[in-house]
Amino acid sequence: MKPIITIARRELSGYFASPVAFVFIVIFLLLSGFFTFMVAGFFERGQANLETFFAWHPWLYLFLVPAVGMRMWSEERRLGTIELLLTMPVTPWQAIVGKFIAAWAVIGIALGLTFPVWITVNYLGNPDNGVIFASYLGSFLMGGAYLAITAMTSAMTRNQVVAFIVSVVLALFLILAGYPPVTNLLVTWAKPWLVEGIAAFSVMTHFESIQKGVLDTRDLFYFLSVIVFSLFTTSVIVRAHRAG
Amino acid sequence: MIKVRNLKKTFGPKVAVNGVSFTVEKGEVLGFLGPNGAGKSTTMRMITGFIPPTDGEVTIGDHNIVDQPIAAKRLIGYLPENAPSYNDMTVLGFLNFAAELRGLTGGEQRKAVERVVEMCFLENVLHQSVETLSKGYRHRTCFAQSIIHDPEVLILDEPTDGLDPNQKHEVRTLIRRMGEKKAIIFSTHILEEVEAVCSRAIIIDRGTIVANGTPEELKQRSAQAGAITVRLGEGSANAVKGKLDGLNMVDRAVVVSDSPVTVRAFPRKQIASDDLARAISDVAMKERWSLIELRTEEGRLDEVFRSITLPDTKASKKEEAK
Repeated sequence: MKPIITIARRELSGYFASPVAFVFIVIFLLLSGFFTFMVAGFFERGQANLETFFAWHPWLYLFLVPAVGMRMWSEERRLGTIELLLTMPVTPWQAIVGKFIAAWAVIGIALGLTFPVWITVNYLGNPDNGVIFASYLGSFLMGGAYLAITAMTSAMTRNQVVAFIVSVVLALFLILAGYPPVTNLLVTWAKPWLVEGIAAFSVMTHFESIQKGVLDTRDLFYFLSVIVFSLFTTSVIVRAHRAG
Repeated sequence: MIKVRNLKKTFGPKVAVNGVSFTVEKGEVLGFLGPNGAGKSTTMRMITGFIPPTDGEVTIGDHNIVDQPIAAKRLIGYLPENAPSYNDMTVLGFLNFAAELRGLTGGEQRKAVERVVEMCFLENVLHQSVETLSKGYRHRTCFAQSIIHDPEVLILDEPTDGLDPNQKHEVRTLIRRMGEKKAIIFSTHILEEVEAVCSRAIIIDRGTIVANGTPEELKQRSAQAGAITVRLGEGSANAVKGKLDGLNMVDRAVVVSDSPVTVRAFPRKQIASDDLARAISDVAMKERWSLIELRTEEGRLDEVFRSITLPDTKASKKEEAK
């Protein structure tokens, strides 16, 4: 446990020593504000909820989360520090989890800093704060799922750009598999059970159901299993790369 | 302390390390020599547990590096090739991070950091970020990291690479001093370093050990070892060569240079070089040579290195004449 905390602390200070964390947080806040208030018309709708705010998160994360996570392992490999890290008395798992927690914390901080939106909606009306809390949790889990995928692609290459692009493509697949315009298209030629089966793999399906305020264990399980599976794959890749 | 048995590593069809075995005890400094790509770094990476061996085993203390990696790694300090470190950290932050991962806390950690900062002369750059450091400082920062927990086993991959002559000297002194209590393996391209620091040296070529001994023993393997070189103030080199060739004890004599007149005589087998030296000095007196120098060749490590690691014998022929 101790090495995980040590590594996570180092990573977190690394994010804030470089502009990565600040750029991520500022851009995330700007874009989420822009989409919520300007594009989706938060005020014009006159509804006391944050649907317009959370609806953009899968798309914002699509680019921003891989940008945060792409350096996670590729940088270690490029600089050769991976050799230093993995010859310390720590297991690869501890390193993987420590790094993941740090990057996830950056996303968590950015998400936490959107609290003025929550204050605004409470000031203007009487929203269901349970739904808002569930949505925040869902958004955080979704960010974690993207991040774990990025960790995996980042371990594959020493090139951050490659890690970024591959992560975006994988995350895009996870969105589109359950994105109504796409599923509606699929229904025209595929069997409904197949479309639903594919949609079950999508973050959209699960994020939307959490956004309704229902914390279904299936949805939580979905996000956690994406995270665990991706991190497990990361550990396989890290080990395999050491071997050759 | 370090036991390496029949270590093998293949990358696809390429055999990088092929059956390397040796042991290093406490108080020994083992120099690891070999041409680029001979398998030095790969061997060191297997010893430190960074890459798993294809075959064979490594034991550090009582712990097998594959079966008990954490216990084994605790005993090791490692300076990887090119001395990597986290660019975004300060030197102090980096050393504290390494100390923490090594399980040091509180006052113990502070003392350990102070100790290595002093040993590696890092006071001036303590709060500078690693990115802004010169190569020498960066190297010493990573070196400091490797000794922060005062390990019993120290593995150093080219510890003096990129240092200026003064820093090289400091690092060598440091290694020699630490070698009294630790088991140290270090790799290098600089052969004089081996003579200055090592108690034993291994030459590795194309994945196998081709020589293993003390620096003195290795030098004995040099073709020049035991030859007598004479240098004269005046005279003809060929005449001197003729006289030396005439001696019974001499296998052959070679003109090294005409001006100054320098000739080297190689003794026959079974002839001690001291006896040959005496015989040559008798000749010199009889012939009234204006002798400036009469010297027994100790042999040279670089020559041994080349004759062992170069496949053809051209190199060793050339060396003889040097």
